[in-house]
Amino acid sequence: MATKTVTLEIKRQASPDSPAVWEKFELEWRPGMNVISAMMEIAANPVTVDGRETTPISYDSNCLEEICGSCAMRINGKARMACSALVDNLEQPIKVEPLSKFPLVRDLQVDRSVLFENLKAVQAWVPIDGTYDLGPGPRVFPAQQEVSYPLSNCISCTCCMEVCPQFNEATGFVGAATIAQVKLFNNHPTGRVLAEERLRALAGDGGVQECGFAQNCVEVCPKQIPLTDAISDISRDVLFQKAKDLIRS
Amino acid sequence: MASPRIIVVGGGLAGLSSVIKIAEAGGSVDLFSIVPVKRSHSVCAQGGINAAKNLKGEGDTTWQHFDDSIYGGDFLANQTPVKAMCENAPAVIDLLDRMGVPFNRTPEGLLDFRRFGGTLYHRTAFAGATTGQQLLYALDEQVRRFESEGKVKKYEGWEFLSAIIDSKGVARGITAMNLRTMELRAFPADAVILATGGVGALFGKSTNSVVCTGSAQSAVFQQGAYYANGEFIQVHPTAIPGEDKLRLMSESARGEGGRVWVPRKAGDKRVFSQIPESERWYFLEEWYPKYGNLVPRDVATRAIFKAVYEYGLGIDGQPMVYLDLSHIDRETLDRKLGGILEIYEKFVGDDPHEVPMKIFPGMHYTMGGLWVDFNQMTNIPGLFAVGECEYQYHGANRLGANSLMSCIHGGFITGPIVMKYAKSVDAVEGDGGAAAELARQAEINKALISNQGTENPFKLWRELGQTMTEHATVIRYNKGLQQADQKIMELMDRYKSVNLSDKSQWANTSFAFARQLKNMLELSRVVVQGAFLRDESRGAHYKPDFPDRNDEKFLKTTKARFTGEVEGPSFEFEEVDTQFITPRPRRYDAAK
Repeated sequence: MATKTVTLEIKRQASPDSPAVWEKFELEWRPGMNVISAMMEIAANPVTVDGRETTPISYDSNCLEEICGSCAMRINGKARMACSALVDNLEQPIKVEPLSKFPLVRDLQVDRSVLFENLKAVQAWVPIDGTYDLGPGPRVFPAQQEVSYPLSNCISCTCCMEVCPQFNEATGFVGAATIAQVKLFNNHPTGRVLAEERLRALAGDGGVQECGFAQNCVEVCPKQIPLTDAISDISRDVLFQKAKDLIRS
Repeated sequence: MASPRIIVVGGGLAGLSSVIKIAEAGGSVDLFSIVPVKRSHSVCAQGGINAAKNLKGEGDTTWQHFDDSIYGGDFLANQTPVKAMCENAPAVIDLLDRMGVPFNRTPEGLLDFRRFGGTLYHRTAFAGATTGQQLLYALDEQVRRFESEGKVKKYEGWEFLSAIIDSKGVARGITAMNLRTMELRAFPADAVILATGGVGALFGKSTNSVVCTGSAQSAVFQQGAYYANGEFIQVHPTAIPGEDKLRLMSESARGEGGRVWVPRKAGDKRVFSQIPESERWYFLEEWYPKYGNLVPRDVATRAIFKAVYEYGLGIDGQPMVYLDLSHIDRETLDRKLGGILEIYEKFVGDDPHEVPMKIFPGMHYTMGGLWVDFNQMTNIPGLFAVGECEYQYHGANRLGANSLMSCIHGGFITGPIVMKYAKSVDAVEGDGGAAAELARQAEINKALISNQGTENPFKLWRELGQTMTEHATVIRYNKGLQQADQKIMELMDRYKSVNLSDKSQWANTSFAFARQLKNMLELSRVVVQGAFLRDESRGAHYKPDFPDRNDEKFLKTTKARFTGEVEGPSFEFEEVDTQFITPRPRRYDAAK
C-alpha cells in the first residue's frame, strides 16, 4: 500500500534582500499533523520533493498551542497560526508564506515589533502607584470582567493587521489589536485614569479614523476578540474627546 | 554612585517580576529573551495561582498552604523559602489584581477561587483557563511602562550563551548571540539573574514551549554552578498527545468537576455515550475517596499508568483515558474553562462540552534546577536564578497552581536582593573576563559552523527525547537509567559529527538549535544519573524496585557538579531544612 503523503509549498527567502523562491516538500502523513510538525519533519530531513538538499525552514514558534502568538503566517492564502493549522483540514498542496505586511527577516519569519511600539504609544497598562502591598484592587463585578477578559486574550499575533486593507505605510494605521487594548484599559477602574491620553493618541493620523470597516480583522482573529465592537466604541470615545478638547481650548 | 546595572535573562513571570522590582528601586535592567517577552512560556499556564486568601469561609490559612505544599512535595523542599512564599502569596494576588489581571469574580465583585490538586480548600485564583497568559500580560505591561521610561532595555531575539566570570569566580555579565545577525557580544553587569524556565525539550515532546531547552541552566552548570534535584520531573496526568508536542489539559478541568474514567471492560469498542454509568470505572475516585480526581499530579499520573498498563483498560486499547466534563452545564464550562476547551476542540476536533476528552500523562514541569541559597543566589557569586530554572519551592512534586506563585514571589524577592548585592559588590577588575569568555564562545561557534560530518541535530534530539521519556519519566528502573546514560554518551559522541545543512550567518535557527542541543545532552545526564543514585520513591520520582520513601538515606537535596569527565557529573547530598514541619508519611487515600 502506498503511504499517504502531504505536500507543502513553502516560500523561502534567505534574507530581506534575497530573491524569494518556492520549495516543494512531500512528507509522510501522520494523524494529527499540523503545519508546524510538518516543518519539524523537514528540519530533520531537509530535502525537497525533487531530491535537492536544502536548509531547515526559519519560522517563529514557541508554545504550539495558539496562546503565545508566535507562529502567524499565511497558509493557503489565509493569515493564521501554523500550530492550529491541521493538515487534514487543509487543501493540498499546502501553500505557506510569510505575513506580507511586516518586514521580512528570513523565510517565514517577519518583524512584528510595530505592535509592541503601538502598545507603548497608547500606554497599554494600568498605572499602579507601586508594587508594595497596598491591599486588594478595585472591586470588579462579573459583568465587567466578562467584557475585559476577551479583550485581554489578545495574543499579539498581528493577523488582524495583516488582513486589514488600511494597515499600510500610507495610512500608518495602528490596527485593531491596539485599539482593542485601549478599550480594555480605558474600562479598567484604575486604567481609566489615562483614558484621555489614550484617546488623543488614537485621534490623529494613523488613529482609529483610518478604519475602513472592512471587518476582516474580526473574521480572522484566532481568539474571536470582538474587534469591530472595540473599534466602534473607541471611535465614539475619540470623537467625544476631540469635541471636549475643542471646547476646552 | 551610578545605578546598578542588572541583567535579567528570560522574560516569563519570574524574569519580569524581578525586572519590575529592580526598575522600581532605581536599577537599570538589560532584559534578554529568545522570544518577545510577551510570548514566553508562562503564557501557557492555565488553571490558576494559589494563595490562602480564605474568601470562601473555609478557614484556610497560609500555614495550611505551606503544609499542603511541603506534604505535596514529599518533604524534599527546604521549608524556609516555601513558608515565606505561602505567607507572601495573598499580597501577591492583591498586587496582580491592582495591575488589572481579569481574575474571575464572585457576584459581589470579589476574587473567585477554585479547587486544585493536593488541597481540600478553594485556594486558586484564576482568569478563565488562561491565567498564565493574563498574569504574564499584566507584568509585561508594567515592564513596557518602565521600558518607555528608559529604565529597562529589552534584548529580544538574543540568546544567552554563558556567564562572564572573573578571576575571583564572580559573575560580571553574560555573553549572548543575536539570533538574526548571529552577532556575539559580551554584556557587562553588576549582577545576573537567570529566569530561563524548564527543561521540557530534554524529553523531546512535552507540554513545554519550544524555547524550554534548559540550555542556559546547562551552560552555567558547565561553568561551575550546582544543579539540584535534577531527577525530579513532573509528568502531568492530563495532556493531549500530539505530533509536535503534548498539549496541556489543565488541572482546573478536574478542579471544576471533571472526572477521569475508563470503561470497566478491556477493549470496550462502544462509544462513550453507550457505556452506562455502572460500566465506567472512576478509578481515582475509588482509590482516593477523600481527594478523588484532585490527588496531586504524581499520584494521578501513576494511577492512570496503572489503569492503562496494569489493568489494560486504556480506551480502545490505546494509552488514553477519559477526562469527562460533559455532565457540567455549558454556561459554567465556558465561563470557567473556555480557553482550554477551545484548545482541545481546535487540536482534536471533538467538543468537550459533549464528548469526554481523551488524555494521557505528559512531561510538564521541572522541579529541580540550579541550586540557589535562600537569597536565590547560585554558588557563583553574582549569578542568581529564579522561577522554574531553580529548584527551591516544589520539592519532589509541585502542587498545581503553585508554579505561578513561585515564579512571581521568587522574582519579587530576587529583585531587591540583587539590588542590595549589586550596591555592595567590589568593583570589577579590568573587563572581568569578558574578552576571554567572548573568545571561547566564538571558538565554539566557529567549530560548529565548519564541522564536517553526517549527523542531523534534529534527529539526534529526537533520539534523546525518546530515551529520556522511556527511562526517566513516570517509572524508573536502574537498568533503564543506565541504558539512558549510555545512549546520551553515544549521542554526545555522534554530536561531534554534527553537520549543519544551513551554514549561513543570518537567522540560522538550526545553528542556534545545535548549540542548545549540546547543553541539553549535558543536562540530561544530570537527570538520569541523579535518578539512578536515588534508590527510593519520593513524589514524582518512582522506582518499583524501591517503592518506599527512605528519609534516612534520601531526605536530601541532590547536588550535581560538572566535571568534564567521561563519567559525567559528580554528586553530593545536602540536608533538607525541615525545621517547621516534621516529615510524615504522605498518603492521599485519606485526609492527611
